[in-house]
Amino acid sequence: MKENRKLSVAELPIGNIVEPGTALEFDTGSWRSRMPVWDKDKCINCLTCWISCPDSSIKIAPSEKKTTVVTGIDYKHCKGCGICASECPVKIKAIKMKLEKK
Amino acid sequence: MPVKMIEVRWHGRGGQGAKTAALLFGEAVLATGKYIQAFPEYGPERMGAPVQSFNRISEYPITIHACITNPDYVVVLDSSLLESVPVTYGVNKTGKVIVNTSFSTTKIAHKLNIDASQVYVVNASQIAIDTIGKNIPNTPMLGALVKVIGNLDINGVLEDTKVKLTAKFRHKPEVIDGNLNSIKRAFNEVKNK
Amino acid sequence: MIKLVYPKGKLVAKTGNEVMAEAMRQIEPDVVAAYPITPATEIMQIFSQFIADGIVKTEYIAVESEHSAMSATIAASAAGARAMTGTSSQGLCLMWEMLYIASGLRLPIVMAEVNRAISAPINIHGDQSDTMGARDSGWIQIYSENSQEAYDNMIQAVRIAEKAKLPTLVTTDGFIISHCMEVVELYPDADVKAFIGKYKPERYLLDIKKPYTLGSIDLQDYYFEHRLQLAEAMKAAKNIILNVAQDFKKTFGREYELYEKYMLNDAEIAIVVIGSTAGTTKVVIKELRDKGIKAGLLKIRIFRPFPSEQIAKDLAHIKAIAVMDKADSCSGAFAPLYSDVVASLYAAGVTTPKIVNYVYGLGGREINISHIVNIYKSLNKIASGQQKPSTTIEYINVRKTKHSLFYKCE
Repeated sequence: MKENRKLSVAELPIGNIVEPGTALEFDTGSWRSRMPVWDKDKCINCLTCWISCPDSSIKIAPSEKKTTVVTGIDYKHCKGCGICASECPVKIKAIKMKLEKK
Repeated sequence: MPVKMIEVRWHGRGGQGAKTAALLFGEAVLATGKYIQAFPEYGPERMGAPVQSFNRISEYPITIHACITNPDYVVVLDSSLLESVPVTYGVNKTGKVIVNTSFSTTKIAHKLNIDASQVYVVNASQIAIDTIGKNIPNTPMLGALVKVIGNLDINGVLEDTKVKLTAKFRHKPEVIDGNLNSIKRAFNEVKNK
Repeated sequence: MIKLVYPKGKLVAKTGNEVMAEAMRQIEPDVVAAYPITPATEIMQIFSQFIADGIVKTEYIAVESEHSAMSATIAASAAGARAMTGTSSQGLCLMWEMLYIASGLRLPIVMAEVNRAISAPINIHGDQSDTMGARDSGWIQIYSENSQEAYDNMIQAVRIAEKAKLPTLVTTDGFIISHCMEVVELYPDADVKAFIGKYKPERYLLDIKKPYTLGSIDLQDYYFEHRLQLAEAMKAAKNIILNVAQDFKKTFGREYELYEKYMLNDAEIAIVVIGSTAGTTKVVIKELRDKGIKAGLLKIRIFRPFPSEQIAKDLAHIKAIAVMDKADSCSGAFAPLYSDVVASLYAAGVTTPKIVNYVYGLGGREINISHIVNIYKSLNKIASGQQKPSTTIEYINVRKTKHSLFYKCE
């Protein structure tokens, strides 16, 4: 596991300032006990999961048809809360929760 | 030998303008080129209650920041205060008391139990009614004080007061003239007999 | 005639509150948020009139309490505005938690403060309990002896705060200075504006090109580093204050340091005091010097950061020192200024002066020439070994027992 070196008084930006994007460096995915598994074939790209995810862990991208489509799940930051699986339309069920195997 | 600092205490009733008089006097004396201080007795003011205000005048910068306990001059805006307030408190043998009254110097001196040579009288209320149209004795008493102190330039004081009042009463020129006349009259009428 | 120090200056007769408002008009901050309180009310009353009359373009935020006043000022400053506020006594108390946030976030807010006693019992008069209580809040504290100093300090405070990235408060003694009309030399608007310059914050929250998080949680791993950074900034502020003072002297001619030495270099006995009482002490010193008594004065201008090394050097030769506090910290031991002075001397290895702590003037209780004369008399006896210095606080002009002299302020 990577140990972040902590900044000293001399290095810290003045005044309790934290530069943006620090969450990208932080692996919250390790907290997960159940993981969402996304089935690309079933997905209708309604983006309900993307809106619902509290950790911005649903990855999206523009498609060839210039619509926005789901491309996968960011397992580095997904904490496995299961909201995406629960919100995925009942008839579709493109995301299912499975036990994390570590 | 440096000239001694002059200390003045004003006695009035809340609403009579004792504080305003001290401020006006201070500003006017600065206009004549002297260092000044002007401050009210600190406290919540109530209409009609006895109030005090103070002035210091000096040729040199004034650094003292304490109450005035031995005033050289005491100005009493309302003679009814003579009954209830010890206006001569801290006044020594050379101190002078100027009272707004229609009574004579001897009568006031007797009442205050000090030497008649220390007492000056002027009927500032009457002067104010004649010139300003209201019983506001603070501006005439300013003229009386300038006269009694002696070494101040009355024209400088009048000029500065005119500037101040002009700024405040731009639309009421009669108020400005009335006040200036009241200062002149009291300057001429204040007497030691 | 009175001579001008700055050739382009203008002599006026103004109260402490009036000149603080005047300084604010010339500074013309972007944002002011304040809630009025005696004896500081006039400052904001006059300043809001300037806004209403269109004389300044400042955005004035009317708030419902001092806590909100400080909060709004903090937000404005964090957003990148030059922000100011003003208060006194209970108002400063209500700002309390926000004071620490302003300094912790290193926001260069400037506050016009008028020293007043703290309730209970309720009292509107001047003592320094309010700002002394805030002495550990990470604010630079500048005290003024008279209206001229209040005006000059306000102008310098803007540059000090912005350079040190520390909030700064400038105080006057309630009523004694805030309501006392004195002769003050004002400088032309353009010269003041040129002296303080435009505010260009390095980082500010409304800078969308360089966003950042401000005021996030800091636990065991970082809080200590941030607090040490604040403490070091306070220490470094001493030089910043001196540099600004030097520039101020070059521009306007008036001299300021961390503290003022008055006939101190050859003195045998000395008083250390803050604020308007220093002026009264100067009168006493002149009288004593005429009699051949070597009395001196050290007037603290900057209480935070505390000029400890410098003070230790300048007080080392004094035989007996009276440290006068216009606040009692109710510590069961000593008052704030005394504690700092003694600690400074001890740390520098200066142990020869005998030092007594006097507490005076609480709730506006009169302190006049006779009281100060008595202190110097007592110091003289201590210096010559005729009297032992008191090991506890000496309280001046207060009725301790029923036999104490009843005191009446005239």
